[in-house]
Amino acid sequence: MAKKSFRETLREWDEGNFDFTMKTAGIPLPENEDGKEKEGSEWSRTPHLRTAGSEIKAFSKLYPVFAGLLLFAVITFLLLVIVEMPPFNSPDTPANRSEVTWRYIRSGLSETGAVNIVAGVILDYRAFDTLGESHVLFAATVAVMILMLAKREEEEPEEELSILRNDLILQNTAKVLVPFLLMFGAYIILNGHLGPGGGFSGGAVLGGALILYSSAFHPGKLQKILNMKSYRIIVLLALSFYSGMKCYSFFSGANGLETIFGTGTPGAILSAGLILPLNIAVGLVVACTMYGFYAIFTRGRI
Amino acid sequence: MLETLWNNRIEVIAVVLFAVGLTTLFLHKNLLKKIIGLNIMDTSGYLFLTSLGYIEGRLSPIVSDGNTDPSRYVNPLPAGLVLTGIVVSVSVTAVMLALTLRLYRRYHTLNLDEIYRIVHREQEEEP
Amino acid sequence: MNFCLNFPLFLIVGSLLFSVISSVLPKKAARVLTLFLTLAGALLNLVIAVYCQRTGGSFTYLMGHYPHPWGNELRIGFVEALFSSVFSAVLFLTVVGGRTTLEKRVAREKGQFYYCMCDLVQAALLVLVYTNDLFTGYVFIEICTIASCGILMIRENGRTILAAVRYMIFSLIGSGLFLLGVIFLYAVTGHLLMPNLRESIAALVSGQVYRLPLLASLCLITIGLSIKSGLFPFHIWMADTYGNAIPASSGILSGLISKGYIFFLIKIIFDVFGTEVFYASGIHNVVFALGALGILIGSVSAIRENNILRMSAFSSAAQIGYIFMGLGLSPALGMEAALFHIIAHAVTKPALFLAAGYLSDSMGSAKKFRNLSGAGYVNPAAGVFFSFEAFSMIGLPLTAGFISKYLFGIAAFESTHNKMIPTLLVLAVSTVLNTAYFARTVLRIYSKNKEPGKFMRVAVKEQKNYMVSAAVFTALNILFGVLAYPLIDMLAVGLTVF
Repeated sequence: MAKKSFRETLREWDEGNFDFTMKTAGIPLPENEDGKEKEGSEWSRTPHLRTAGSEIKAFSKLYPVFAGLLLFAVITFLLLVIVEMPPFNSPDTPANRSEVTWRYIRSGLSETGAVNIVAGVILDYRAFDTLGESHVLFAATVAVMILMLAKREEEEPEEELSILRNDLILQNTAKVLVPFLLMFGAYIILNGHLGPGGGFSGGAVLGGALILYSSAFHPGKLQKILNMKSYRIIVLLALSFYSGMKCYSFFSGANGLETIFGTGTPGAILSAGLILPLNIAVGLVVACTMYGFYAIFTRGRI
Repeated sequence: MLETLWNNRIEVIAVVLFAVGLTTLFLHKNLLKKIIGLNIMDTSGYLFLTSLGYIEGRLSPIVSDGNTDPSRYVNPLPAGLVLTGIVVSVSVTAVMLALTLRLYRRYHTLNLDEIYRIVHREQEEEP
Repeated sequence: MNFCLNFPLFLIVGSLLFSVISSVLPKKAARVLTLFLTLAGALLNLVIAVYCQRTGGSFTYLMGHYPHPWGNELRIGFVEALFSSVFSAVLFLTVVGGRTTLEKRVAREKGQFYYCMCDLVQAALLVLVYTNDLFTGYVFIEICTIASCGILMIRENGRTILAAVRYMIFSLIGSGLFLLGVIFLYAVTGHLLMPNLRESIAALVSGQVYRLPLLASLCLITIGLSIKSGLFPFHIWMADTYGNAIPASSGILSGLISKGYIFFLIKIIFDVFGTEVFYASGIHNVVFALGALGILIGSVSAIRENNILRMSAFSSAAQIGYIFMGLGLSPALGMEAALFHIIAHAVTKPALFLAAGYLSDSMGSAKKFRNLSGAGYVNPAAGVFFSFEAFSMIGLPLTAGFISKYLFGIAAFESTHNKMIPTLLVLAVSTVLNTAYFARTVLRIYSKNKEPGKFMRVAVKEQKNYMVSAAVFTALNILFGVLAYPLIDMLAVGLTVF
C-alpha cells in the first residue's frame, strides 16, 4: 500500500472511508451468501460453509492457555481468601451466631406464624427480595416471549416431538403419574408454611406435571385449559395479588399500622397470615412459567 | 494452611467450581458450553452459601414442636437466599437459551466467533 | 412520618405491577401506563428530594414490619431521590422521543413487551438507588439485566441478538462476581443490611481480622459492577450493543442502566464499606487508572469508527471512564464530580442517541458517515439537537458537560497522591479527542449532500414527539449547566448524610 500524506488520510477519515481497523482486510467472505438472509427466512435450515479467519484460529490454539491462566489466577486468589474464612461446620462463625439468625429462629414462629422458618424469612422478613424474585421470573418469561413467540400469521410449525406422540408407555405413565404429581405439588404449596416446601418448589412440581402431560398427549389437549389467554390471566392475577398484598404489608409496616392478617394458630393450615396465600400465588406463577418456557421453546406458543 | 483448606473443603470445592464456571462462561466459544459454565458458576455460589449455614447434627429450621432454641437448628437465612438465587439463575438460563436458539436458527452455528465474523461482514455492508 | 416518604414504595411496587399489566394490554395502553409511571416517578421523586433537602436528613423506610438487621429496608435521602427523579425523567423523555423508531422497527404484536420491560427498568433502577439491602440489590440487578436485554433485543435481527448475547454474557459474569462478593461479606459479618454491614466492617477493620475476605469482597463487588456498567477493559460489548439496538434502547442502556449500577457501587462504597476503607484499600487507584485509560481508549476508538451509532457508543465508554476516574480521585470532590457527571451524561447521551437515530433514519437508515452527508439539512431538528448534545459532550460553556469537566478539574487540583497531573492531562487530551470526533460528525451532517433530493426533508409534523422530548432534554441540559451551583452544594450536603 502506498504511503499517503497526512492530508489525504485526514480527508479519507473525514469522509468515513478510512478503515483504521483493517479487520476485514484478511478475512475471506463466507462462501455461501446465505449469511445475509432476510429477517423473515430465519427459520430456513440451509447449512452454509464457513471459513475461519486467521486471528480466530490463533485464538483457538491459545484458548487452553488463556483458560488455564485465568482459572489458575481465580482459584489461587479465592483459595487464599478461603484460608482466612470462618471455619466450616462451626456454630461460632459470624453468620451462625449473628443476631439475625438468632431472632429468626427465636421469634420467627411467634412473629410470622410460620412453622417453617425459611418460609417465614423469605415471605415475611425478607419479602421484598422474594417479590423481586418472582418478577425476575416474569421478566424472563417476557424476554423468552419476545424471542420465541411465533408470528401470528404463521402456520402451526411442524411438530418436532411427533415421535413422542402416541407413545403408549409415555401416555400410560403420564396417566398414572400426572394426578399424583399435581396432588403432590399442591400439597407442597399448601404446606409451605408448615413443613419443607413452598410456592417455588411446589410450583416447579406442578409445572413438571403439566410438561409431562403436554409432551405425552397432543398439546391441544392441555391448551383447552391452559392456553395463552388463561396463562396470562393466571399470571396477571397471581402477580398483582402478590404485589398488592405486599404493598399493603410494607405500607402498614413502615407506617406502624397493625395488619389485618393475624398469625393464627401455628401449625394449623390456615395460619401464618399472608404466607399461605402468597405461596399459592407464587406456586401458580412458577407452575405457569415452567410450563410456559417448555411450550414456547417447543411450539412458539402456549 | 492445608488443614484450614481441608476443614473448609466444601468452600474450596465451591470456589474451584466457581473458577471453572467463570472461565467457561468467559472464554469458551460454544454458546451452550457458556450456558453450562454460567450454571456451574451460579450453583457454586449457592453451594458456598449453603455451606455457611450448615452445622453438623442440627435440625432443619422447622419448629414443628414449638421448641425455639436457636442452638437446635441450622441457619435459615442461607437457605432462603439460595432459594431466591436459584429462581434467578433459572430465569437467566432460560433467557440465554432462547437467545442461543435464535442465533442458531439465524446463523446455523453455536460458535460465537464464527457468528461474530458473519455479523461483522453484515455490518460492513450496511449503509 | 411524612406521607411523601411512602412514594418510593408506591413507585417500585407500581412499576412491578404495571409491568405485569402491560404485558397483557395492547401496545397503546401499555405505552400510556409507562408514560404515566415514569412521569409520576420523576415528579414524586422530586417531591421527596425537596422534602429531604428541607429536613436535611435521610430516612430508613421499613419494607415490612421488621427493622434492620432483620427485614428489608429502603433508605431515602436527598441524593437518592434526586437521582431517581432524574432517571425517571430521562426514561420518560427517551420513551416519548423514541416512539417513532420503535413503531417502525418492532414487530407490531410485541410492542407492549417493550413498555413492559421499560417499567421493569424503572422498578430496578429505583430499587438500586433506594435499597438498603445488598441481596435485594442483587435480585434487582438481575431484573435490570434481563429487562435491558429485553429492550435491546426487541429489534429482532441477527446482529441485535448477537449483541444481546454478548451483553448478557458480560452482565452475567458481573452479577456472578457481585454475588460471590456479597456471599463473602455475609460469611464474615453475618449481615446483609447496609447499616449493620457498615458497623461490622468497621469493627473487623479496626480489629484487623478477616482482612483478605473483606478486600476480596470489595474487589469482587467493584469488578462485578464495573463490568456491568462497562468500565475499560470491559467496554467491548458496548459498541455492538448500542450500535445495533434501536436508538431509544441505546439511550436507556447507556444513559440509565450503566448509571444505575455505578450509583449502586457508590452507594456500597459509602454505606457498606465506608469511604475510609475504600480509599485505603488501593482499589480506588486501580479504578482511577482504568477510568483514565477508558477515557483515552474510548475516545480513540470513537475516532476510528465510521458508524455514527458505534461512535456514540465508544464515546459512552469514555464517559463511563470519567465517572470511574472521579470515583477513584477523592471521596469528596471527586465523588461529587462523578455524581454530577452521572446526571450530566444521563441528560445528554439518550438525546444524542435519539438524534443520531433520527438522522440515520431520515437518510434511509444510513449509519456510515459517508452516507450521512447533509443529514442535518434533511432533518433540521435532529441536526440541531445532535449538534447541541455534541457540544455538551465536548464541554462547551452553558452546558452540563462543561460543569462536569470543570468539577473534574477542581477535584484534580484538590487531590493528592500524584493524581493531579494525570487527571488534568487526561481531561485535556480527551477534550481534544472529543472535539475531533464530534466536530467531524457535526461537519459531516452539515456538509453538502452528494445526491440532493434523494431524501425528502423531514417535516416537523412527522416527529412531534421527538421535538418535544429533545427540547426538554436540551432545556434540562442548559438548566444543569447554568444553575449547577445550587445543585452541587445540595449534592455536597446530601453526601454527608448519604
